[in-house]
Amino acid sequence: MTRFLLRRLFFVLISLWVIISATFFLMKAVPGGPFSAEKKVPDEILKSLEAHYGLDKPLAVQYYDYLKSVVTWDLGPSFRYDAETVNQIINRTFKISLVLGLEALLLSIALGLFFGVMAALYHNKFQDYSSMVLAVIGMSVPSFILAVFLQYIFAIKFDIFPAGRFESPLHHVLPALSLAALPTAFIARLTRSNMLEVLQQDYIKTARAKGIKENAVMIKHAIRNAILPVVTYLGPLTAGILTGSFVVENIYGIPGLGTQFVQSITNRDYTVIMGTTVFYSIILVFMIFVVDMLYGVIDPRINITGDNAKGGNANEFQ
Amino acid sequence: MMKKGFKLSLLAVLGLVFVMGMVLIGCTDETADPVDDEPVEDQDNSTEDEPKDEPADNPPVEEKVFRASFASEPPSLDPGQATDTTSSTVLRGVFEGLTRVTPNGTELAGAESYEISDDYLTYTFTLRDHNWTNGDAVTAHDYEYAWKRVLNPEFAADYAYQLYYIKNAEAANTGEGSLDDVGVKALDDKTLEVTLENPTAYIMDLFAFTTYKPVNKKVVEANANWSNDAGELYVSNGPYKLDVWEHGNEVQLVKNEGYWDADTVQLDRIIYAVVEDEGTVLALYEDGELDWAGSPFSSLPTDALPVLKDQGLLTTQIRTGTYMYLFNVEKEPFNNKKIRQALSYAIHRQTIIDNVSQGEQIPAMGLVPANMELVKEPYFPDNNVEQAKQLFNEALAELGYASAEDLPPIVLSHNTSEGHQKIAQAVQEQWRQAFGIEVTLENAEWGVYLDQLDAGDFQIGRYGWIGDFNDPINFLEIFKEIGGNNKTNWHNEEYASLLDKSYSEGDVAVRTQLLKDAEAIFMDEMPVAPFYYYTFNYVYNPQIKDIFLDSLGNTDLKWAYVE
Repeated sequence: MTRFLLRRLFFVLISLWVIISATFFLMKAVPGGPFSAEKKVPDEILKSLEAHYGLDKPLAVQYYDYLKSVVTWDLGPSFRYDAETVNQIINRTFKISLVLGLEALLLSIALGLFFGVMAALYHNKFQDYSSMVLAVIGMSVPSFILAVFLQYIFAIKFDIFPAGRFESPLHHVLPALSLAALPTAFIARLTRSNMLEVLQQDYIKTARAKGIKENAVMIKHAIRNAILPVVTYLGPLTAGILTGSFVVENIYGIPGLGTQFVQSITNRDYTVIMGTTVFYSIILVFMIFVVDMLYGVIDPRINITGDNAKGGNANEFQ
Repeated sequence: MMKKGFKLSLLAVLGLVFVMGMVLIGCTDETADPVDDEPVEDQDNSTEDEPKDEPADNPPVEEKVFRASFASEPPSLDPGQATDTTSSTVLRGVFEGLTRVTPNGTELAGAESYEISDDYLTYTFTLRDHNWTNGDAVTAHDYEYAWKRVLNPEFAADYAYQLYYIKNAEAANTGEGSLDDVGVKALDDKTLEVTLENPTAYIMDLFAFTTYKPVNKKVVEANANWSNDAGELYVSNGPYKLDVWEHGNEVQLVKNEGYWDADTVQLDRIIYAVVEDEGTVLALYEDGELDWAGSPFSSLPTDALPVLKDQGLLTTQIRTGTYMYLFNVEKEPFNNKKIRQALSYAIHRQTIIDNVSQGEQIPAMGLVPANMELVKEPYFPDNNVEQAKQLFNEALAELGYASAEDLPPIVLSHNTSEGHQKIAQAVQEQWRQAFGIEVTLENAEWGVYLDQLDAGDFQIGRYGWIGDFNDPINFLEIFKEIGGNNKTNWHNEEYASLLDKSYSEGDVAVRTQLLKDAEAIFMDEMPVAPFYYYTFNYVYNPQIKDIFLDSLGNTDLKWAYVE
């Protein structure tokens, strides 16, 4: 297991290095620079600006400095926002995105499981159809449309929630809902189909035959098994929610990491682009790593160590 | 056995996720609370909650607040580093320069009186007795230090060139001269002597500009990071002080009781929220969470303009700025003057403004914005298709083309934006109808587009210029030399020499005539097709009065009050 962990960790580092290098060279290749503006800065001033930020050094030196700054996680000053370093910007904005992301995550798990179980228990009845209609809507309406729609209905028309920003818990409701819609729908469908499958299993029939109460059958035997696939989905979901929130953040004026990421590219704010990209990649790569590990824990049939000697024992756990 | 084991651990994992989530949400609620004490609503609550301390007939004291939004975090609140309108809006509130642009014109502010030498080159200011927010007196040394700090090449300030009007400033900034020779000198604590490179008609306006603001020498010398956060270190001398700066989210100013003219200042607090999306800004305004939506603080979605106009809510104000199409005069066929004129004459600006841009802009048939009143009449009528066709045919003959089809392919470039694209499409159609030519549209992301313009990699390119100060020279000067802001590759000796003459001309009438002559040459040569003069469009809470907005887009809330 340790050997496997080390090997995976090595691959994680390699993929991070590839991402980091690709970002660096792509960023340098994109036309325009952090100091270009409609009103041009005189060349002499441009030179001293470039010297100030180390942009006059050869590319190889810049690349080396950049790798060093990533390894030491000291990402330097923002080119655009004088008052903060990149580390400060990431710390500040990620906290906000994380809170929003976790709220959306919990919301989608709770609602998704609820609708999914409901739909399966009342298979082909009103509850099933309405849940699944909701799920189809949730999956097909893009979050930016849903976000604007919710904002218009609940903030402007009915004035129940604030239209934007991120101050009190009330401010969190609409953005969290917008962000949670897609994963909720996904989890609901996943849970439903698994529940339906599980309910056909022999052990459910056995349990019922043994005279166990229907509620106990559902909770102890059916739901427990049906939500297994949902757990494996949590990893990519978490990464997706954390890294994919910029549209919702933008619409609700939330100063999160996503907004920062998009702005930094427009501004050619090199250090912030690199910082946020590397940070996002770390989250993603780490989540994938965790999910791989979880698969092994959850379903022992999956052999993560690559050690074939144990492969044949899978049936033992069935 | 095994099965049960992993099921339990599974539940544990799920449980852990829930618990962690709760803890995190719990945390934010706690941290959110102290922040929540700041905004207006809570202020109201606190006064309502404690009525016992006050006599019953006393109305609760309400803070007078103005709430607006910015599209981005202010990039810098150091007057020496700031280059953008967001930062300077805040800085105009918290700093006081030698002069201030007021509704009645430019008036002395940090200075009490001044003398001008006979050659219009030396200005001697006597400073008013007033203090920094930390109690230090504002001295002439603070000004000298502030300006030399900006000019120091190591400080690497983008806007150092705004100080180039001062004698030897450019040399010092480019490293060719010494900072000691720069024409700014504190004769004593209260007397500041400023020597200019040339007589400059609009220098009193410039002294009000952000880059010319003083900084507290003692504080700034000791703390390079003084302007990074609100707090003790952030020392200023204006009508308001910086109270809260939550990066990326909010800037709050409060009234500075120690300001020399504090009696004039009526607002207790100004809150600037950072909201990037235009639609969200409008939604927040409609929801009553902002007192202002639209320029110059933020902007309104173009789609919303006609609706707001119909409802009678929209206010439109002219802005000193010109939207234009640049011709690259080195690219055939735009090396021919007549074809440039023809394309420019044929545009029907008014229809495009009414139906496409919809911001009540003013058709531009001259480079210098109409509100500067350099010339009274436009240089040509809008939508002058007849003359345009004639010029177009003459140009074809001069260039040796038999018909319009033989022309090289023409590309109109603009930076990616729905607004620019719609305008370009309308122009494309107008040119097709007028000359039967097929113009291709191309767009690129902003940074990429600027690079293309700089490299001369375009034929016709969208461009815009917003005035830095209220003088026609600011617009004419752009095209004096090739390079820098002049991407057209157009150069005209006579034009340049007229501008050169205007620099050293002290007589206002003679100088105005020189500038007029220069613009006439420019409009005949037509290296750019002026399109429209910009406007500000905004909606605001009418209870807030006397928000001063000048045509350059400078807002000043010094005189604002809540009715």
